[in-house]
Amino acid sequence: MQRMRPSVAATRRLSAVALTASLALLGACSTMGEDDPPETTPEGSPAPERVVLVTHDSFALPKKLIRAFEAEHGLTLEVRASGDAGTLTNKLVLTQDNPTGDVAFGIDNTFASRAVEADVFAALDVQPPSGAERFVLPGATNDDGDPVLAPVDQANVCVNVDDTWFEREGLAPPETLEDLADPAYEGLFVTPGATTSSPGMAFLLATIAEYGEEWPDYWERLLANGVKITDGWSDAYQVDFTQGGGKGDRPIVLSYDSSPAFTVDGDQTTTSALLDTCFAQVEYAGVLSGAENPDGAQQVVQWLLDEDVQAALPTSMYVFPVDSGVELPEDWARFAEQPSDPATVDPEEITERRDEWLREWSDLITR
Amino acid sequence: MLSMPARRLLALLALAAAPVLVVGVFFVVPVAGMLARGVWPDGDFAPGAVLEVLARPRTGRVLWFTVWSASVATVCAVLLGLPAAYALHRLEFPLRRLLRAALLVPFVLPTVVVGVAFRQLLGEAGPLGFLGLDGTPVAIVAGLVFFNVSVVIRTVGGAWETLDPRPAEAAAALGATPWQVLRTVTLPALRPAIVSAATVVFLFCATSFGVVLILGGPRYASVESEIYLLTTNLLDLPAAAALSLVQLFAVLALLSVAARLRAVPDPTVARLAPRPRRPRAGDWPQLAGTGLLLVLVSAPIVTLVVGSLRVDGAWGLGNYRALGSVGSRDALVVPVTEALEMSLRTAVDATAMALLVGLLVALVVTRRSRGRAERRLRGLLDGFFMLPLGVSAVTLGFGFLITLDRPPLDLRDAGLLVPIAQALVALPLVVRTLVPVLAGIDDRQRQAAASLGAGPLRTLVTVDLPVTWRPLLAAAGFAFAASLGEFGATAFLARDDRPTLPVVIFRLIGHPGAMNYGMALAASVVLAATTTAVMLAVERLRVPSVGAL
Repeated sequence: MQRMRPSVAATRRLSAVALTASLALLGACSTMGEDDPPETTPEGSPAPERVVLVTHDSFALPKKLIRAFEAEHGLTLEVRASGDAGTLTNKLVLTQDNPTGDVAFGIDNTFASRAVEADVFAALDVQPPSGAERFVLPGATNDDGDPVLAPVDQANVCVNVDDTWFEREGLAPPETLEDLADPAYEGLFVTPGATTSSPGMAFLLATIAEYGEEWPDYWERLLANGVKITDGWSDAYQVDFTQGGGKGDRPIVLSYDSSPAFTVDGDQTTTSALLDTCFAQVEYAGVLSGAENPDGAQQVVQWLLDEDVQAALPTSMYVFPVDSGVELPEDWARFAEQPSDPATVDPEEITERRDEWLREWSDLITR
Repeated sequence: MLSMPARRLLALLALAAAPVLVVGVFFVVPVAGMLARGVWPDGDFAPGAVLEVLARPRTGRVLWFTVWSASVATVCAVLLGLPAAYALHRLEFPLRRLLRAALLVPFVLPTVVVGVAFRQLLGEAGPLGFLGLDGTPVAIVAGLVFFNVSVVIRTVGGAWETLDPRPAEAAAALGATPWQVLRTVTLPALRPAIVSAATVVFLFCATSFGVVLILGGPRYASVESEIYLLTTNLLDLPAAAALSLVQLFAVLALLSVAARLRAVPDPTVARLAPRPRRPRAGDWPQLAGTGLLLVLVSAPIVTLVVGSLRVDGAWGLGNYRALGSVGSRDALVVPVTEALEMSLRTAVDATAMALLVGLLVALVVTRRSRGRAERRLRGLLDGFFMLPLGVSAVTLGFGFLITLDRPPLDLRDAGLLVPIAQALVALPLVVRTLVPVLAGIDDRQRQAAASLGAGPLRTLVTVDLPVTWRPLLAAAGFAFAASLGEFGATAFLARDDRPTLPVVIFRLIGHPGAMNYGMALAASVVLAATTTAVMLAVERLRVPSVGAL
């Protein structure tokens, strides 16, 4: 090792100081130390009681509404949002005896009966808004016959078309599921897969509702007609759909009945939903049977059904309220038309046969 | 008084205790919990269902595809990464540091955004659509290479940088062709690092289910995507347990093979302070290879940047200005800027944990063993800390929920769970970067230091630290990047009011509306730029003693 010259040594001391300083800075950046709100305030008076809402990753509501709820009930609302509706359901089933929260929102009609059967939910004591009775899940009661799930929002998964594309090509857009297998529309349709996406699953259920046990035959015709199957909704809509963010080249896509409200160009929307191809999706909320704060949980469910939250659903979560008295945003009222008679499949049957249907569907598309 | 070997063994166990405890609590317990639910459904031991799954023809297809795609991608990543590792670490040319930092960008980009970028390039309407690659295995392999090539560059480059060039120069002086020098001198010296990198890349590829699904569509199933489907959708835990067990055994087999391949007769390597030189005419193959890699890696990134600058069919910065907001129609709970801050803070914690634990692990597994029992033990420990890479994030995530839920391990609500999960992901990267270098130190140097009166700490500072410093920096940068980009575990554990940037990007791209799409792309570009900036800053840090070598 050489002996250091003074100037070199000075530079090194300097860099050592710089290093220490940057380490200290990094330390200040850490998440530690500002972790949880303290359980008690410095004076020792108890902090507001906590209520934990477990939900999926599409959950979003304006902060203003959450703060108003907290102020009104003297509660702190903690939201744990992760995964899709399936992940949420299975999480609740697996943690049934020691849940990660007090109340759950976001289980849909394709998964709900699995959770109800596993006794995830306790009896509900809430006042449903007018119109909500249309969306009550049959059989969603506990052993005493009390309801355990309250419908909160609804939307339909429908095939969407790019009207401008069909106008330009001088082709009449398709209208029914049967049309999608018509050679006139060969190679134009893109949908997310049933195994990897919940709207994809809803579309499979729509075809099962329409064709019954003959659905594999319909899917074979769809495949022969060049349907493209992607991983998730964003791949189908944003990449392959002609009106999506990436300007793809397929003018028919699986999306929602509300999607046309998002493609408004000036005074018109450039897309429309095919109302004869829809499958109804309803999302529910319920109080968890192992809740630490059951009263707070009941209040959260009631809050989700209140007019303010119901009115915020379209802009925050892209779904329709179940309250028929709530006014919709202008774009929605004008462009997001809902089907009058969407397809449905008995929730119990979905729970029983989901595995079989998905297995058969996967085998079909990989053949 | 304890005997010498017993004391050594005790010291080894003491050093290993902390890392073993961390990995035990946050990995072994949760995964074992999930496996137990599958093998003991309703409390009764019923391995029949598990065995039945293994006999399904679909399982065989899925296994084969996983092994095939991961192997091909690993070979491609190594072949493309080696020239770049050389050019970026041994040669001196303008923008070298920037390129080095920028090549780490793919590693942190969220899969869903890269998937969109790739598909815009390769899709039927994209500029490369004529190749017809969309939804094919080629696209999947390309995606896997894109994400993982930086692992090869970093791991091998770090070892290559300080390699003594004199043996190679001597061989050349004795008349060896450049190819002969590479084959007989350089590559053998680099073998531990290359095998390390390839192992990590293979594990990443074999468990990266996002790339397979997005680029291949549901048509191609890998073990990982199958476990995801079985756990989150079908709740078929016996089947998921069967595949997880296969995954575990496969990883163990791979690790033992890798350990054999890594073990060179004489791991000691003469190390020098790096002296990068100007490129010569003979360097053109490496430079050309680096150039090719740059083109391949930048194509999807350019697509992202271009997309982020388009607003309503015209050029503009509107998407970037919107990052301070919560998206059109309140798509987000917090603005993107806040999520970025959260990402950086979390990454600092995760990096600190990964480095601390990783350094301990690397020290434990590289110290020269006396006797077979000790060597075995060190080998076992080495493999043990790689396991988190080979097991599905879904299994781990669900395992957290069902096992860490009661005192003394009531950790489900702990805010530190996110950085801990990220540190677990980064840990093998840190270990695999440090081990080849530490193993390359001639133990006689330590003995010499000891006989001159240096204590263990002093030996560490004067012998180990000077050569480990640069790889340690590389590992820190790596861990930081891995943490910034981590999505699977983070999305599962992050709280809604404190999401990280990848979680927010995922959310934006999942909502209709041109504004949200543009913001997702802009936020990805910001994530990429932040990564590059952090990498550049890390590389500029210097430690006082290194220059003295």
